[in-house]
Amino acid sequence: MTAATTSQTAGPYWHLIDFPEWADLLRPDGPNAGIEGGERIVLTGRITDGDGAPVTDAMVEIWQADPEGRYDGAFHGFGRCGTDANGMFRFVTLKPGPVPGRGNQTQAPHVVLTLFARGLLKQLVTRLYFEGEKLNETDPLLQSIEPARRGTLIARPTGTPGEWRLDIRLQGENETVFLDV
Amino acid sequence: MPDPIGYRRPDPATQPPYDLPTYGSTRPRHPKQPLVRVPHTLSEVTGPRMSPAWYAPHDDLSRHNGKEALGERIIVAGRVLDEDGRPVRGALVEVWQANAAGRYHHPADQHDAPLDPNFLGRGRVFTDEEGNYRFTTIRPGAYPWRNHANAWRPVHIHFSLFGAGLAQRLITQMYFPGDPLLAYDPIFQCTADEAARNRLIAQFDIAITQPEWALGYRFDIILRGREATPFEDGAGAH
Ligand SMILES: [Fe+3]
Repeated sequence: MTAATTSQTAGPYWHLIDFPEWADLLRPDGPNAGIEGGERIVLTGRITDGDGAPVTDAMVEIWQADPEGRYDGAFHGFGRCGTDANGMFRFVTLKPGPVPGRGNQTQAPHVVLTLFARGLLKQLVTRLYFEGEKLNETDPLLQSIEPARRGTLIARPTGTPGEWRLDIRLQGENETVFLDV
Repeated sequence: MPDPIGYRRPDPATQPPYDLPTYGSTRPRHPKQPLVRVPHTLSEVTGPRMSPAWYAPHDDLSRHNGKEALGERIIVAGRVLDEDGRPVRGALVEVWQANAAGRYHHPADQHDAPLDPNFLGRGRVFTDEEGNYRFTTIRPGAYPWRNHANAWRPVHIHFSLFGAGLAQRLITQMYFPGDPLLAYDPIFQCTADEAARNRLIAQFDIAITQPEWALGYRFDIILRGREATPFEDGAGAH
């Protein structure tokens, strides 16, 4: 048995493999064209570092289930978005449904976020949950996190219909909970 | 529904830390709180199906708009396997790199080296049924960075891989044998395990080398393997 290959930083030039349209999972010429149903949502947020500076060169990827909570349906739940000059990312997608957990548990609707950047020798993984979701109160992962830090995973409505925001802090006060996947 | 079979946790000596004082950009960007370990659920063992229908392959970086890029043409090929030696089929492999002069086709790269209009430095291929991938490119140049005094990145190609599940997602870099800069590069030197580090170095391969055309390099990539389970023995395990 050979151990898995060592991770290395994506560095600052990963835009060469980025295509900005991938941030819109519902683009008319994309893999989800023609998919019916579900609630269209926008996921946005700002990434800052331990100095409070915006992280303007991060590559954010999402992975999520479809509105029925399935990963193996027709919906392609993958997107990629580079942060802009203010450290912001923005995805257009469908709201995922609840996903089976281990045993007989149910996981609250969530989106997995993966971050790559200069200064990250391997990716950081976290999750985005939705404020006000009843299942958040019984979600096994959320409940395993100390209450004071749980909020770093919970997106809130921005006031614009269908738009949710979750800021990510790599380090320091209100540091986002990152996951050892 | 039975619990999904998780992926094995890597030996920490074979993977980099988040905080690496010799690599300055890690200072404000590494989490200070411990990561929260997640028992693998469907969210971690599944991953996007990357179909060539939506992500068109592009396996020749050595020409653009029908014109040849400058520099030494090379072929890079290898296999994508899991830790148990099983081929990872249909894996999306993305690559990006500097040109022969050590300059990226990227607005943020201000290195005083020439751009090549015939070299964009990005490619996308899929592994076949045996886990093989292959692309043609130009040997990149070394380039300076401002991490420390007289800092130069060794010659490298960036690799991005999507295996079967989110837990297999990997971004890494491939290096070239005999590069004197490897000894000075904190990114290459990031692991405690020397053997793991050296597996990032491609091997010259005369069998991949094409006469009168291009030198060949072999770079095999290992993605995380599944946890052993009592059901793993017979046929049909997956
Ligand atoms: Fe590079």
